[in-house]
Amino acid sequence: MNTFTRKGDFWAGLALAALGIYIVSQAWGWNYMTEEGPGPGFFPLWYGSVMVLLSLALVAGTVLKNDPKSQKVLRWSELRRAMTCWAALAVCVAIIKYVGFMISFGLLTWFIIAIMFKRPQKVALAYAIGGAVGFYALFSWGLELQLPVGTLF
Amino acid sequence: MDIFNGLMQGFSVALTPMNLGMCFLGCFLGTVVGVLPGLGPPATIAMLLPLTFKMDPTGAMIMLAGIYYGAKYGGSTTSILLNVPGETSSVVTCLDGYQMARNGRAGAALGISAIASFVAGTIGTVLLMLVAPPLAKLTLAFSAPEYFALMVLGLTMVVLLAGDSLTKALLSMMVGLWIASMGTDLFTATSRFTFGQTELLGGIEFVIVAIGIFAVGEVMSNMEPEKPLDMLPVPKGLKNLLPTWQDMKDCKYAFLNGSLIGFFIGILPGAGATISSFLSYGIEKSYSKHPEKFGTGVIEGVAAPEGANNADTAGAMVPLLTLGIPGSGTTAILLAALVLWGFKPGPLFIEESPALFWGLVASMYIGNVVLLILNLPLVALFAQLLKMPGYVMYPLILGVSIIGVYTSDSSIFQLSLLVLFGLVGYVMRKLDFPTAPLVLGLVLGDSMEKALRQALMMSQGHLSILFRPIPAVLLCIAAFLLIVPLFKKFNSARVQMIDAEA
Repeated sequence: MNTFTRKGDFWAGLALAALGIYIVSQAWGWNYMTEEGPGPGFFPLWYGSVMVLLSLALVAGTVLKNDPKSQKVLRWSELRRAMTCWAALAVCVAIIKYVGFMISFGLLTWFIIAIMFKRPQKVALAYAIGGAVGFYALFSWGLELQLPVGTLF
Repeated sequence: MDIFNGLMQGFSVALTPMNLGMCFLGCFLGTVVGVLPGLGPPATIAMLLPLTFKMDPTGAMIMLAGIYYGAKYGGSTTSILLNVPGETSSVVTCLDGYQMARNGRAGAALGISAIASFVAGTIGTVLLMLVAPPLAKLTLAFSAPEYFALMVLGLTMVVLLAGDSLTKALLSMMVGLWIASMGTDLFTATSRFTFGQTELLGGIEFVIVAIGIFAVGEVMSNMEPEKPLDMLPVPKGLKNLLPTWQDMKDCKYAFLNGSLIGFFIGILPGAGATISSFLSYGIEKSYSKHPEKFGTGVIEGVAAPEGANNADTAGAMVPLLTLGIPGSGTTAILLAALVLWGFKPGPLFIEESPALFWGLVASMYIGNVVLLILNLPLVALFAQLLKMPGYVMYPLILGVSIIGVYTSDSSIFQLSLLVLFGLVGYVMRKLDFPTAPLVLGLVLGDSMEKALRQALMMSQGHLSILFRPIPAVLLCIAAFLLIVPLFKKFNSARVQMIDAEA
């Protein structure tokens, strides 16, 4: 595999070029000019086109500079912890409509403390329960804000 | 209303028990987030913004502004005791502040940092009070073409100073403009980029993007294994925190330098507190009788940058309140807050909302006194926060983020957008894409498009309207700023400055 394909900038450039093409193709379908002045397609067409050009410049720059030292190479091992945390948050949000905020947030807290930071179960459970109850007391009772409620709880 | 009467009205607003409490709360929270590395004012203000929707806007703005300038005070504590900046703008304080602490002068370093912050913060507020009203009057004649040009210039400066790759900064801004375009076009009722989702017809709320990118993205970035902290002790007793009379004499020019550089750099969009603190440190060193000692624990090396990064916040309020142009991620969130509460930051803001403007100015005077009190005798208490483990802090941040987003719209769909933008924020950090241009593009995108379309409607589609004297000059400056990085000498200076910040 070429060195540049391991670089984040290369893939980011390609993704942004695709986004730019999508913006331009959508804007193409809207009025560019109307009798009263610029239409809904006017602004997106311009920034979408600039986005395509800039992202291609980023890709070209990465390929032409193909020097291993010049750019940061993505290390998947570094990403693992962050992505695990993100996945835990995504699951927390996905189950919130079934189990409500307190249980989903308690589970998220327990997961971060017990699984990701490898703290004792007692500590993780104490923080999970204390955190969920504390949030409920502060926001729901104290500030009278509506917390997400689930269909089951 | 003249300045004196305005200020009197401001104090009558800021000194009500509720607003005093909000000022204290903002300063306290600001100091806490300033002390904690990895949690900055943009994330905190974004998370707390939805919780302020039911509050009185003046009190809420006083609190959010308190977090903004309070964080600058707290950031120095971490720099001095740990050699890790609590805030990016406290990077320079590490150079001499940490050396002073290692030489047994941690108390004097913490003390002079709080005093310099107080002096410069107060001078900055005086300058804000003097500069903002006449500037607002000057820009009263602005209409759509001038506003469009002004926003282009503001975004260009942010892009220029946001990251070492101009291409990435511009791309980040374009993504912000794209997100701002989502929803129903108010001129023609056309749905744009809604992917068939009815929830997107009203567009994506700024708060969700800001919390996702700043708070969730920040938590994900900090998830790497923790390293043990090697914190130097804080001397006990107020007496040991006060600098000597000789220290104060040595710092008299540093106070002035920090105040003026900080304020005037703060006015420029994109320049920010980090650049002003580097500049004031450089100037202090150049004019010092002993420049060779800088970096070994010189007290002026702490006073100048700490002063500059506090005066900067008052400077940043000038374009925000008088032109409606934010210069950083944090001020972009403050602008969004004002708009959400129904205010119109711009030339008429001071005239239309005098209680808010003058109340905010008066609260900044009060806030600086509160912060001096918090940061001198209580600094040891705040330093204890550095011992708080990440596994306690991160779930709390995620919990407040979820509640903040849910409170703004009571919708689970918005929570899924929060998760998405958290990932976007993390990927941007990992790939060195600056986040400030995205947030500014998002905040200004809608107004910029409206201004451009209104301008072209005025001229029946002729671009010549953008070549009236004021917009022409502003657009030429913007074009010049985008072209100059092509010249190697300028670009290497620009990159050096940004690298130092990183």
